[in-house]
Parts: sequence; C-alpha cells; structure tokens
Amino acid sequence: MSAHIVPTRVYYAIFGILMICTALTVGIAFIDLGPFNVVAALTIAVFKATLVVLFFMHVKYSTRLTWAVVAGSVFWLGILLALTMGDYLTRPWRTYG
Amino acid sequence: MADVAHHPALAHQFDSLGQQTEAATLGMWVFLVTEVLFFGGLFLTYAVYRSFYPAAFSAASHELDILLGGINTAVLITSSLTMALAVHAAQLGQRRLLMIFLVVTMVLGTVFLGIKAVEYYHKFAEHHVPGATFQFEREHQRHAQIFFSLYFIMTGLHAIHMIIGIAVLLVMWIWAWRGRITSDYAGPIEISGLYWHFVDIVWIFLFPLLYLIGRHA
Repeated sequence: MSAHIVPTRVYYAIFGILMICTALTVGIAFIDLGPFNVVAALTIAVFKATLVVLFFMHVKYSTRLTWAVVAGSVFWLGILLALTMGDYLTRPWRTYG
Repeated sequence: MADVAHHPALAHQFDSLGQQTEAATLGMWVFLVTEVLFFGGLFLTYAVYRSFYPAAFSAASHELDILLGGINTAVLITSSLTMALAVHAAQLGQRRLLMIFLVVTMVLGTVFLGIKAVEYYHKFAEHHVPGATFQFEREHQRHAQIFFSLYFIMTGLHAIHMIIGIAVLLVMWIWAWRGRITSDYAGPIEISGLYWHFVDIVWIFLFPLLYLIGRHA
C-alpha cells in the first residue's frame, strides 16, 4: 500500500511539544502583556494546530490535492474573519466598551 | 495488484485499495473544510463581541475554571496521541494494539466529557447560565451573558462532536474486533482519526479564547 507509515517516535515528540505549548500558553496568560496576550495565545494555538494537522493528520505526507483542500479551508476562514472584522473595526460611529 | 483487486473491502469503482483510501481521505478533508467554516462562524461572532465588550469578556472569562480547562486540554491532546497510535497499529495490522488504543481514546474522550459536565454543573449552580436567573456583577450583567452564551454554544457544539467521535470509534472498534480492519484496509481508522484530531484542534483554540483571556488582569 502507498500509505506512509510514520514512526511512533514522531508522534511522541509531537505530543511532548503540544503539552509544553499548553503549559506555555497557560503561563503566558498570567503575565500582563497588554494587547499582546491575545497575540501570544493565538500564535501558540496556531502553532499547535499546525503540528496536529501536519503530523497527527498526516498532511505532511499527503497528496498535493489534500494540501490544496487544507490550504483552501484556512484561506476561506481567513476571508470570513478578515473581511468581517475589517468592517466592524473601521466603523467610527460604533462606541466600544 | 491482482490479489489486491479482489480484496473484499475494495469498491468496484476504484482500481486499488490505495486509490480508495486516498479518495476517502480527500472526502473527509472536504467535510472538515465545512466544519472549519461551521465553527469559524462562531469564532467570528466571538471576535466581534469581544472587540465590543473586552472588559465584560475578561471578567466573565475569569469565572471559568482554568484548572479543569487545562486538565481537559491535556486529556484531549493525549487522546489525539492514542488516536494517532491506533492509526499506526491499524496500518501495521496489529489488531490487538489497535483495539487497545481505540478503547483508550474513547475513555479519554469520555473523561473529557465528564469534566465538562462538572464545569457545566458549576455554571448552573453559580447562575452563570444565560437566561432569567443569570447573575453577574452589575456593571457587566448584560454583556457577560453574551460571553456565557458563546461559551455554552461553542463548548456544547464541541461536546456534540466529541460524542459523535466516540460513537464513530465504537463502530471502528467493532470492525477491528470482527477482523474487518487489516493493514491493507486501514482507511476507515485513518479517516476516523482525521475527525478526532479536528475536534482536538477546535479545543486548542477554544481553551485560550474562553479560559485564558484577561487572566492577567
């Protein structure tokens, strides 16, 4: 069969990194970084999700068609978030708080 | 190829089991794209309201139990590891190991749901469930309800996905037990795994956004 078999040590290594990142994100949450708390939390979350997609979900070893579909989902999610937030955040009449 | 072509699991429209698995994997990914956008709408709603009411969201987030949320994150990541190991066992045709890892994954998923139930119970006891009996510090009373509405909808939808995931793995366990899953035919375990890992990814984003925002304040 053409299926790529990933050695289990890769899975254990990814698991270790994911656990460390979880501890890291909890730790950082208690430090006041102002607006950068959100940035740090989301950066770590995106990093963790990328590891899961590439290794646990085997995208790193998948066909180009799978790559395109995965990239497409991220791209369309980006459109959804960026265009909508771009609209909301640029309305001067809106009072926040 | 001749012996493979007569494999009982090979559907007639495919040339080989390899092609069949590839098609199934792609189909699962297309479904997951729809799931990304399904949850994406909720994450967007969260982003909009959080930008409107950052103080209320921060105060409401403080009421969530960071210890239970953190333990659940670790439980879910561990379940993703055991799921990946189950796929590995399936690919090598290790039936016994496959069945063990599927059971461990299902148990961890159930532990996650149990801890979630405890958290929900606390929220009901503290009157933090949106509705007529909702109670919160006066200045954030209205906007904290929006946070808790999103909390229950997002974690609730995630929990439904977990329940479906456990049901899928139960079917996979029965298939493995009956000897249907072989090293030639590990595709069903692989695409079940894709679903399980996706649900894990959703939680990877829910945990910081719901439990960790405004923790430093």
